[in-house]
Amino acid sequence: MTTGKTMTLKLHVWRQAGPNAPGKMTDYVANNVNEHMSFLEMLDVVNEELTKTGEEPIAFDHDCREGICGACSMVINGIPHGGHKGVTACQLHMRHFQDGQDIYIEPWRAKAFPVIRDLVTNRSAFDRIIASGGYVSVNTGGAPDANALPIPKKDADQAFDAAACIGCGACVAACKNASAMLFVAAKVSHLSHTPQGKVEAGDRARTMIAQMDAEGFGTCSNYSQCEAVCPKEISVKVIADLNREYIKSSLLK
Amino acid sequence: MKLDARCPSGPIEQRWSNHKMDMKLVNPANKRKFKIIIVGTGLAGGSAAATLSELGYQVDAFCFQDSPRRAHSIAAQGGINAAKNYQNDGDSVQRLFYDTVKGGDFRARESNVWRLAEVSANIIDQCVAQGVPFAREYGGHLANRSFGGAQVSRTFYARGQTGQQLLIGAYQALERQVQAGGVKMHTRHEMLELVVIDGHARGIVTRDLVTGKIESWAADAVVLASGGYGNVFYLSTNAKGCNVTATYRAFKKGAGFANPCYTQIHPTCIPVSGDYQSKLTLMSESLRNDGRVWVPTQQGDTRAPSQIPDSERDYYLERKYPSYGNLAPRDIASRAAKQVCDEGRGVGPGGRGVYLDFGDAIKRLGAKVISERYGNLFDMYTTITGEDPYSAPMRIYPAVHYTMGGLWVDYNLMSTIPGLHVVGEANFSDHGANRLGASALMQGLADGYFILPYTIGHYLATAKQPKVTTDHPEFKKAAEDVRARTTRFLAIGGKRTVADFHRTLGALLWEKCGMGRTEKGLKELLQEIPVLREEFWKNVNVPGSDASLNMALENAGRVADFLEFGELMVRDALDRAESCGGHFREEFQTPDGEAQRNDAEYCHASVWEYQGEGATPVRHKEPLNFEFVELQTRSYK
Repeated sequence: MTTGKTMTLKLHVWRQAGPNAPGKMTDYVANNVNEHMSFLEMLDVVNEELTKTGEEPIAFDHDCREGICGACSMVINGIPHGGHKGVTACQLHMRHFQDGQDIYIEPWRAKAFPVIRDLVTNRSAFDRIIASGGYVSVNTGGAPDANALPIPKKDADQAFDAAACIGCGACVAACKNASAMLFVAAKVSHLSHTPQGKVEAGDRARTMIAQMDAEGFGTCSNYSQCEAVCPKEISVKVIADLNREYIKSSLLK
Repeated sequence: MKLDARCPSGPIEQRWSNHKMDMKLVNPANKRKFKIIIVGTGLAGGSAAATLSELGYQVDAFCFQDSPRRAHSIAAQGGINAAKNYQNDGDSVQRLFYDTVKGGDFRARESNVWRLAEVSANIIDQCVAQGVPFAREYGGHLANRSFGGAQVSRTFYARGQTGQQLLIGAYQALERQVQAGGVKMHTRHEMLELVVIDGHARGIVTRDLVTGKIESWAADAVVLASGGYGNVFYLSTNAKGCNVTATYRAFKKGAGFANPCYTQIHPTCIPVSGDYQSKLTLMSESLRNDGRVWVPTQQGDTRAPSQIPDSERDYYLERKYPSYGNLAPRDIASRAAKQVCDEGRGVGPGGRGVYLDFGDAIKRLGAKVISERYGNLFDMYTTITGEDPYSAPMRIYPAVHYTMGGLWVDYNLMSTIPGLHVVGEANFSDHGANRLGASALMQGLADGYFILPYTIGHYLATAKQPKVTTDHPEFKKAAEDVRARTTRFLAIGGKRTVADFHRTLGALLWEKCGMGRTEKGLKELLQEIPVLREEFWKNVNVPGSDASLNMALENAGRVADFLEFGELMVRDALDRAESCGGHFREEFQTPDGEAQRNDAEYCHASVWEYQGEGATPVRHKEPLNFEFVELQTRSYK
């Protein structure tokens, strides 16, 4: 019962057998691509064909396929997630492409995100940044009633806007410095907009920035490329929040 | 197999308190001597790992994703229930308990459900303390909305991303413990065997998905928090990686599997658009707060929805279930959608769809209010379908979403294998035959934050097992089994891909063991699945090597287990000759098409015991006693 028009696409995909193997762009033709397919479903079809011919399928990270888990991570025609506003690669649909179009598909490229295979990179640096301070230091149990401390709706909404980060790393991939500033700032901004998170706001900003540097991410030079590609449309204003907490805490230290 | 649920007796509201008092404790200085393995780091596993480490235990946590933050709990949209009664609308622990027992069609254990309702309020407190940005009113207090199967507003939410925000809370608590040294986190590791020594669960064998290395891990207790098995149907709202392997491997080592036929079909998902489809996307149940579900009154009416006048629309949920209307529970709303489509009144390509219409709500409240409430869901719908739900109704259809069945556990969340604990969707305990909306997040976090941390201590304090190392022969054997299976997949060199087999299995199960099940169809499946499985082992094509990242190999292992598990699910569905909740046997329905239970013969949990390769598993029963809620026909009319 498949409906919708079909097209043929010329793919150029980064293939790399392992972390230390050399990689190169390889050409494939994707036939019978339906306009209603997601980008990853298009790759599924290509992979099925590759498997049938005995070639290893293109490895790529993916899981929820509804734009929320943050697993999918590929640069499509030079733009992380493909350049449609507020959309991850898994939610990018083929109706946005033309029959016969060339599509270049590459992994995130950043020193702190080494390639594991093909389009799959190691983003564990993000976990280590969170571990360095991206939390409220509270143990389970003994929390006061949830309504004991009202939080102005505006603060709660701002906290949410920043907390919407899915940790995909597109911000790093888009940045010419491979900076993780938007990622770090989103967490700092989220928590510093809640009264529970304010307590450690300064220390958090400093330890997370230190970890970001230690992981090999670059610094921020305010080009805002990160905001442009962020699938959750997190504003670079959060970086101002981070800078405020960082400077305040560095002065008061 | 002995099934002792170990439920406390006495007044139900005192059972958990009394039980906590009766359980043995581990002294703080001794906790660090115990190692606990946790498989899966979603809401249940992540919260358990963090909490156990805070208590002082050594935790080894494993997930197959590249980060614990990506577990599928993240995809839950609508909300989390808690009996806070902040809305002053008559909610209470007792009402949440009652709604859950009734919603589950009287197939859950009363003691467990009461405890779940009792700790629900603590969860919200804990999450707020972690900085979870729940929706708030202008006065700064928490906002609520309604979900199916309840007449009170007890659902807390964070826009349409509640699961994500709760998981990030648990994940941050977990990473804090990683930093503190209490949790060792192993990402991109998949559990492929459970190790049982002297009858106790003592460890696991994993495959490092990056290097292919097979590794063994020993511990004093093992916790499975590996989620549900909805992907046995291939197409479901589950993430692509969700699988039954961890729980099925435990089943093959002797853990009883309870009620595998209880699967939840969610009424509001985006319909299938083509054969290439890799997954289905849920549109949150919360949409039914404002959306009205309808189909044309006439069969084969192909007019655009805007051209069909109100008098020629059938708002069938409002018509059939006036007191709950569009918020009828999931199983009931799904079956009603199937019925109207079976009558030839479905809409969209293929006629498998119904309208979810916001026209009236937009007229009443304005597009801005609707956008504030559901904006991200509307955007998601537009992204996927290319259609605009502000100007035309959404088209939706039921899809597999959640599985109520799982490994059998006692009141302490321990399986039939001593030391093997199971939490979250992976166990069977709290939702009976149908889970209410916004209750999965509640159960996952209840188990992980507030129940397991107490009960596992009791096990550790009383089990008195000697320490073991991975040099034990059982570890060697389990690792050898994993290696042999991996080698076997790669050696087949057949013609069909893993996904091709998975799709075929899924289509068979959806057709005959999905929303409607018959004795005839189920018996056919018992013939067809073994044939497909046999072909899989002869004709599957798994390219590549076992010494690197090989996603085809990972999937082959998962699909191989689904091909066995699917048969168990069918066997259970055939055995349960009644309809209840999500399990609808077409032979057993009331004259108006509702599920007809048979309490005289089936008021029990069915627990299956593995009997070896090729042998039929044996069914045991845990009788369900209803002391506090009277067994009655479930009605939402």
